[in-house]
Amino acid sequence: MNWMALELSLKLAAWTTLILLPVGIMAGRVLAWRHFKAKPVVEALLMLPLVLPPTVLGFYMLVALGGESVIGQFYQALSGRTLVFSFEGLVIASIIFNLPFAIQPLQRAFEGIPVEVREAAACCGHKPWRTFWRIELPLAWPGILTSLVLTFAHTIGEFGIVLMVGGNIPGETQTIAIAIYDQVQAFDNASAGLMSAVLLLVSLAAISLTYFSTSFIGRRHD
Amino acid sequence: MGAVIFHLVFRVLSLALVLAIAPLPGAAQTPPPVIAAASSLRFVMADLAREFKKDSGLDVRLSFGASGNIFRQIMQGAPYQMFLSADEAYVTDLAAAGRLEDSGQLYAYGRLAVFIGNASPLIRVEFPQGYEAAFRDGAARHFAIANPAHAPYGRAARQALRHAGLWAALEPALLYGENVSQAAQFAASGSADGGMIALSLALRLEAARRGGYYLVPASWHAPLGQRMALVRGAGETARKFYAFMAGEKARKLLSQQGFMGIEP
Repeated sequence: MNWMALELSLKLAAWTTLILLPVGIMAGRVLAWRHFKAKPVVEALLMLPLVLPPTVLGFYMLVALGGESVIGQFYQALSGRTLVFSFEGLVIASIIFNLPFAIQPLQRAFEGIPVEVREAAACCGHKPWRTFWRIELPLAWPGILTSLVLTFAHTIGEFGIVLMVGGNIPGETQTIAIAIYDQVQAFDNASAGLMSAVLLLVSLAAISLTYFSTSFIGRRHD
Repeated sequence: MGAVIFHLVFRVLSLALVLAIAPLPGAAQTPPPVIAAASSLRFVMADLAREFKKDSGLDVRLSFGASGNIFRQIMQGAPYQMFLSADEAYVTDLAAAGRLEDSGQLYAYGRLAVFIGNASPLIRVEFPQGYEAAFRDGAARHFAIANPAHAPYGRAARQALRHAGLWAALEPALLYGENVSQAAQFAASGSADGGMIALSLALRLEAARRGGYYLVPASWHAPLGQRMALVRGAGETARKFYAFMAGEKARKLLSQQGFMGIEP
């Protein structure tokens, strides 16, 4: 069992989920309630990572973050390290390919909050920030939970982009999905089997958690 | 109730934040240098790293891939400190691009072998005599080699198959591994009926009783010169490992595990 790879995967998933949570809440809320001309374009762009092959995304990431790019050179001047083939690069790639998984459930959740509820809160003299914190967020929380779990699980399972942007560096970019691929090539089916079983259990537990909690909430509201 | 669970979720989130910010164990000291090596070196490198640790007390991290892919990664600035290539040209090209300390040195020659798994229909077929008929008649369907586009052993396998006059019969049956160790895995797992792979991998598979192999004559393909070099900016540990790789102990291990050593 490659614990270093598992820990790296969990760390990558934690960073991605934490950064995407506020981003997803803001974007989901705006997309749910505001109407503007470019909205279909923005929604389409945010859904792109869902349909694009990971290799296409990975290729564009290499171009956008690589040593020749403006972003890559800026980061290198700042930190002395390259952005591609580093953990930080993986976090950026992860955030981009998880955008639809983070935003979609939140947008649906905010769409589900009746406008009357918000108006009632405003009439009661609640400031917008207080309405957001005390009324909107608790009402949207099944969506928040779904968004968190999907982002977390999807990051742990991502393979193609990680291989292209991260390479295969133990302790830096070798996530558990990459480690399994590496073990199979090393004819070590026993280790690959064990790690695959761990991933299967983690994914199943995560998805079951969302289904369980959302069905629980649904029953309570009926 | 909803509020309680809502706050619980935020508790878990803050815990996750702490976990995410906590460094990986051992990240406080300088982490061991990453050595990028061709896939044909996968097993012998683990032994070499162990011997190096015994001698020096120092650790290295190993990352394996097709030499062409490692070449591309170093061009893009991958943080490897040393590159062991299965093809000399990748090292000399990187040196010309100013990515390496110098053009390095030749440390061994690679050899090719035809590996046949225990359950393969090819197990009783003589190589190369019976292969054309076996693939023409459909007794054997798939044959694995590494992708010649970026794997030196794949290019050598293509040359050897052409030399043996088998290319026309085998080409429709070829399965391309992303690197030579994936080609070996195809052949060992029975996904392919056999494969032309690095001798170093075939020896390891034979020792694990996964099948048998034929040595491919070295004259059938251009020499597989294995060249290593330090990447520009390499640290002290990588330098010591480089010196170790050029030494007697490494040469002996390499020649025991399917490489032809370089005479000093």
